[in-house]
Amino acid sequence: MVEQNDNSHRGLREEAWRKELKKSIPARERTAIDRVKMTEEDAALRIKGHMEVNKGITAEMAMQEARRCLDCPDPQCIKGCPVGVDIPTFIKYIEAGAFASAVASIKESNVFPSICGRVCPQEIQCEANCIYAKKLNKEPVAIGYLERFVADYEYMASRVTPPETAPSNHTRIAIIGSGPAGLAAAGDLVKHGYEVTVFEALHEFGGVLRYGIPEFRLPKYIIDREIKNLQKMGVKFERNIIVGKTVTFSDLEDEGFRAFFVGSGAGLPNFMNIPGENLNGVLSSNEYLTRVNLMGADKPDHDTPVYFGKNVAVIGGGNTAMDSVRTAKRLGADRAMIIYRRSFDEMPARQEEIRHALEEGIEFLNLHNPVEYISNGNGHVSRIKVQRMMLSEPDASGRKKPVPVEDSEYFIDADLVIVSVGVSPNPLVPRSMPGLHVSPSGTILVNAGEMNSNIEGVFAGGDIVRGGATVILAMGDGRRAAQGIHEYLQKKAKSVE
Amino acid sequence: MNRVIAKEYLSPYVAQIIIHAPLIARKRQAGHFVIIKIGEKGERIPLTIAKADADKGTITLIVQKVGLTSHKVASLNAGDEIDVVGPLGNATHIEKVGTVLCAGGGVGIAPLLPIVEAMKKAGNKIISILAAKSKDLLILENEIRSHSDELIIMTDDGSFGQKGLITAGMEEILKAQKIDLCVTIGPTIMMKYASLLTKKYNVPTIASLNTIMVDGTGMCGACRVTVGGQVKFACVDGPEFNAHEVDFDELLMRLGGYKNEESQRYQKELEKTR
Ligand SMILES: Cc1cc2nc3c(=O)[nH]c(=O)nc-3n(C[C@H](O)[C@H](O)[C@H](O)COP(=O)(O)OP(=O)(O)OC[C@H]3O[C@@H](n4cnc5c(N)ncnc54)[C@H](O)[C@@H]3O)c2cc1C
Ligand code: FES
Repeated sequence: MVEQNDNSHRGLREEAWRKELKKSIPARERTAIDRVKMTEEDAALRIKGHMEVNKGITAEMAMQEARRCLDCPDPQCIKGCPVGVDIPTFIKYIEAGAFASAVASIKESNVFPSICGRVCPQEIQCEANCIYAKKLNKEPVAIGYLERFVADYEYMASRVTPPETAPSNHTRIAIIGSGPAGLAAAGDLVKHGYEVTVFEALHEFGGVLRYGIPEFRLPKYIIDREIKNLQKMGVKFERNIIVGKTVTFSDLEDEGFRAFFVGSGAGLPNFMNIPGENLNGVLSSNEYLTRVNLMGADKPDHDTPVYFGKNVAVIGGGNTAMDSVRTAKRLGADRAMIIYRRSFDEMPARQEEIRHALEEGIEFLNLHNPVEYISNGNGHVSRIKVQRMMLSEPDASGRKKPVPVEDSEYFIDADLVIVSVGVSPNPLVPRSMPGLHVSPSGTILVNAGEMNSNIEGVFAGGDIVRGGATVILAMGDGRRAAQGIHEYLQKKAKSVE
Repeated sequence: MNRVIAKEYLSPYVAQIIIHAPLIARKRQAGHFVIIKIGEKGERIPLTIAKADADKGTITLIVQKVGLTSHKVASLNAGDEIDVVGPLGNATHIEKVGTVLCAGGGVGIAPLLPIVEAMKKAGNKIISILAAKSKDLLILENEIRSHSDELIIMTDDGSFGQKGLITAGMEEILKAQKIDLCVTIGPTIMMKYASLLTKKYNVPTIASLNTIMVDGTGMCGACRVTVGGQVKFACVDGPEFNAHEVDFDELLMRLGGYKNEESQRYQKELEKTR
């Protein structure tokens, strides 16, 4: 195992193998290589089911792609990564064929590379900073594909051995919520020897990874294997427990829990408060995706119902909107469309998702906004009154605001409308913890370094702190909080001695 | 996973199941509900906790066979497994206000029971009025009676108590004496008319709404209701609301939302069990 510290990429760069490798191919040859193409399931076929769209790349393809990386002396990609993965090092390991070392070096800073390799918005993070994109006007090194490749390789080669854990120190820690923030915190804490229990309100673990992100983008077996791995390391998982309701923080304290990490997510869906929004057939993307992903509602042998819309409109332009509209297509929609008030340039969804959606025949009604939903006479939506929008000149903050075009309203047929206009923090935990400091928007306020809240022993991270953010940020928070909790408990133990 | 301890039919369509759920039993207060799920492919549905015994670690749920999942719940037997999560929702605000009229219809009498009990304990005078289609569909009569100062029973067909709708009985009481608070739980259509009536008499009224739910934690918005012109999530903001402000017509419409989808699956289940 490669042992690394914060500045290790500098040290590692000086190793003989790495210098040799760099010299072995001239930079001009490296930059002449075309970016690898992900093998993808054919669009016509993939919309018939839930199979993963990206099928992965082979070892040869990965090694070839790794050769493109110039191993820059001052790598900017690392700065684009929210958790600072030592990207050039893992890529150079791939180039050298040392896949196991590549995964190990990623895992120093990112514990779930098989998840992040699939869902991170690389095009605005690491890959945006790649010298190919910045200086050479070429497609960046496919860092996300490479990350996914080595992470999957590790599993396929059955090389995953749970990381070493320190012997138990008999100190109990409670993790509230099993999304990426909670799982990352649990993994780090159990390594330190803590007795970690993850409490989850739902009947399955994984948070948004389970109920939100669809199978075709993040297959469920990947979450299952990460959770199994944590179980092997000794993390206990308790489902159907709502902390603050089923058990309170003080109950848990009485049971011997000495610190808490709150990773309860931003579960509360926003609506637009426009007429007709409570009609049947108008629902939040959280409801729609939960019915399908968590409850299996699209399968005839499952009990949960779902609408199989023929004309489906999804309001919004984020990942959640793309996931919903692409799911609707897979559930048999003739017409599945995005209604978004800005243009492609401002769309917050991952680029790859937008491209995949276009390939799958999703229509984009950009610069459009719904103003009213019309009933079919029986309480079910049948039409949407939409309005055309245009973008204003950039304001002081540089943002172009969407403004309605006068007299531009018209109607679109829709028998299913999925509202995907953002989420707010889940208020359950804050409400059950009097005295906990929260922002006006309901996020838990924490100290950015250690992630501790104003209540002693209570730490928080992920979407409950940031509002709807990303998997990698949630994971990074979880890890920082784990470190914060570890330091807090050590300090406390010392002061008792 | 929780285990069913006992099951009993209170009427041909209404079953009472007792479940081992010690954590919930300890925390539960009047007005709370749970979300249950049966089997890997089961659906999540809300059910109000009718009774709880913290010492024995049990909760009692009462369910009427109306659809696929309620049918499955009613078919459970001692020893069977069921997923239960809760207690959810806000507890009923219990206070001494004077005279409380508790109006329950059908299986809504089950969630009314803990409220009647708690209101009585708080020192209120309790007038209960229970309604059912017919005598054999009336549940929990004795339990409600034991916590009430007065009990009136109404049946649609006159097979027991007075013949007529619950509102007829309620109006008699409202005319005859000063009521400080009304609590009503039952079919939505009943709550709608009960609420219209008490509004006429200016009696503050609480209704416990039975919306469609998925998670029960505020995550999906399936449980949206309009109260006082504002959209609320019944699971986290309710399930009890000021009845005079509830848009019952919208609620009735929303309850029909998945009827087609649901009845297809229910038919299949019925065929299977036949
Ligand atoms: C459809 C969709 C697609 C997305 N796509 C992407 C993407 O492609 N890339 C990306 O980076 N990000 C994406 N995101 C955002 C990303 O999923 C979130 O930022 C991330 O999951 C947040 O992690 P978390 O651990 O903070 O919370 P969550 O994943 O929300 O998990 C919180 C968990 O806590 C549980 N919980 C809440 N309250 C309690 C309680 N009181 N007691 C016990 N448990 C509780 C919840 O049930 C939930 O399981 C997407 C989000 C959605 C909804
Ligand atoms: S049931 Fe999902 S938000 Fe209320």
